[in-house]
Amino acid sequence: MKSLKLIGLALGATLALSTTALAQDINIAVAGPMTGGESAFGRQMKNGAEQAVADINAAGGVLGKKLALQVGDDACDPKQARSVAEKFASAKIPFVAGHFCSSSSIPASEAYADGNVLQITPASTNPLFTERKLWNVARVCGRDDQQGLIAADYIVKNYKGKNVAILNDKTTYGKGLADETKKALNKAGVTEKMFESYNKGDKDFNAIVSRLKRDNIDLVFVGGYHQESGLILRQMRDQGLKTVLMAGDALNDKEFASIAGPAAEGTLFTFGPDPRNKPTAKEIVAKFKAKNIDPEGYTLYTYAAMQVWTKAVAKVGSTDPKKVMEAIKAGEWDTVLGKMGFDAKGDIKAIDYVVYKWDAKGNYTEINPKGS
Amino acid sequence: MDYFAQQLINGLVLGSIYGLIAIGYTMVYGIVGMINFAHGDIFMIGGFIALITFLILVSFGLTAIPLILLVVLLVSMAITALYGWTVERIAYRPLRHSFRLAPMLSAIGMSFVLTNYSQVAQGARVKPVPPIITGGYTLHEGSGGFVVQLSNIQIIVVITTVVLLALFTWLVSSTRLGRDMRACEQDQTMASLLGVDVDRTISMTFVIGAALAAVAGMMYLLYYGLVDFFMGFVAGIKAFTAAVLGGIGSLPGAMLGGLLIGLIETLWSAYFSVEYKDVAAFSILIVVLIFLPTGLLGRPEVEKV
Repeated sequence: MKSLKLIGLALGATLALSTTALAQDINIAVAGPMTGGESAFGRQMKNGAEQAVADINAAGGVLGKKLALQVGDDACDPKQARSVAEKFASAKIPFVAGHFCSSSSIPASEAYADGNVLQITPASTNPLFTERKLWNVARVCGRDDQQGLIAADYIVKNYKGKNVAILNDKTTYGKGLADETKKALNKAGVTEKMFESYNKGDKDFNAIVSRLKRDNIDLVFVGGYHQESGLILRQMRDQGLKTVLMAGDALNDKEFASIAGPAAEGTLFTFGPDPRNKPTAKEIVAKFKAKNIDPEGYTLYTYAAMQVWTKAVAKVGSTDPKKVMEAIKAGEWDTVLGKMGFDAKGDIKAIDYVVYKWDAKGNYTEINPKGS
Repeated sequence: MDYFAQQLINGLVLGSIYGLIAIGYTMVYGIVGMINFAHGDIFMIGGFIALITFLILVSFGLTAIPLILLVVLLVSMAITALYGWTVERIAYRPLRHSFRLAPMLSAIGMSFVLTNYSQVAQGARVKPVPPIITGGYTLHEGSGGFVVQLSNIQIIVVITTVVLLALFTWLVSSTRLGRDMRACEQDQTMASLLGVDVDRTISMTFVIGAALAAVAGMMYLLYYGLVDFFMGFVAGIKAFTAAVLGGIGSLPGAMLGGLLIGLIETLWSAYFSVEYKDVAAFSILIVVLIFLPTGLLGRPEVEKV
């Protein structure tokens, strides 16, 4: 009994110590799907954020203080995202890099706006995220309407006069991307033969695949995440279909290749020019490689979001979210992704999406969108 | 016509997997009179054990696919059966003579335990395997260039289901264990007075149900190429629906229900909108239950006096 009390006392003491230690740091957070079907992307974000915090602290921190990183897990579930956001807001955290899924970022952003938290998403591409004119949001990635344009441009150039189908998973991201692509395609005079939606989390796509086969579809555009895209591909090849699959930026993780297997070869997706190849990223990519982490996908985007915030805070001299956001939108920032400026809504000014192709070895490379 | 044939194949295979899981629900309901909500998660555990066994065998350098599949099948059936037995022993047996809802609540709790257990133990990410059984047959080449394709894995899924169904129908109708099971179904007290070990019979029911779920889990892994900790939930709900549609408590009913749900989903997606396939399946369930409250092959419950 006595020893129990002692343990309790010791625990209490360590708790007290850790809170005093935390009080001297600036708490910031990264939030995304650390569990669930999209956890591959959550891990990318966490890797990027951890490395950024380590580098910033090694360089002396910000405003004379060190940064301490908290991790929020929304599992790409809007309800959970909202409660993560409320938790961070009540903890008076000034800045959150997140979330991943647009359907999480959007509800969370409202809780952040009410709770005086600045939010920069490294990955949510749905236009609505910045279109609602909230004061506290910005993103370091592109938007689905731009992504849809590039995808549609590629399809028009390479598949004009052939049969095109569009599928989406009814999520904010997937449906948004599919709608933008359809709009751009129709404008360019290409009408899709089929526009259907499925449920995120479905495993059996054989019925859809047979429909694609009946309609002799040459290219299917999927507005959805990598797990379902991988399964659709696999079931297409099982039914003897050679249709090419094209999708958005959600296909930029190696996990897609391991789900789709050999069927991944030839699959197309749109994404920003590979951030790993940018000259500004060279040094940081080397740091990741030394830790045996491939900084793929959104890793460096999360890193850049952290950099933008830290630099703006240093310039303003305070972590007050409203002042920092004004500074972010007014200035230009050197990041791992190159120079970055933001418009009044919080979108980045320079946009470049390109088309990538998966090869048989499970790697993806940029292809010339002119189709040379 | 070719298109219809292809969709029929798709629906039958999907329905076979639902049916295999549904048998577990129906057997437990028939004998104990409770709905084992943890059964979907037992199916998920079966999928994971199949995956782990497969990876271990491959890492030992085994390459003979039929041998690997056989070992994976037996190991995952055995270990998953152990899970089924344990769940019954710790979560249901102590509550058997409690009020009617208690074991059901305990089952829901068990379902959470198993889901979270595998999330912690195996991680939250999906676990893919490369295609193991590839190839197939072209059944018919239509005039419009439409090819009806039947893949080897689809054949395996359907054959396994048919063989297992035949085996278990025989087991229930013609063996000592089956007779004990039917006795327990009718009257547990009377059965125990006549020398039937009720506890053992009920345990065996769970063991058999779990072993079938393991087969379904393995088929799922081979057919779709991935497992994740959450897959038991949706599959469990669909299979439970299948069991109710076919008439809960009836073995052929569960299989019929599974096939029907699979076919309705597939054919609805084929000719109408994919979006509303679940709505279609559940609407038909409601219509059937209005006209046949005990399901398609269920027997009306006789009030025991």
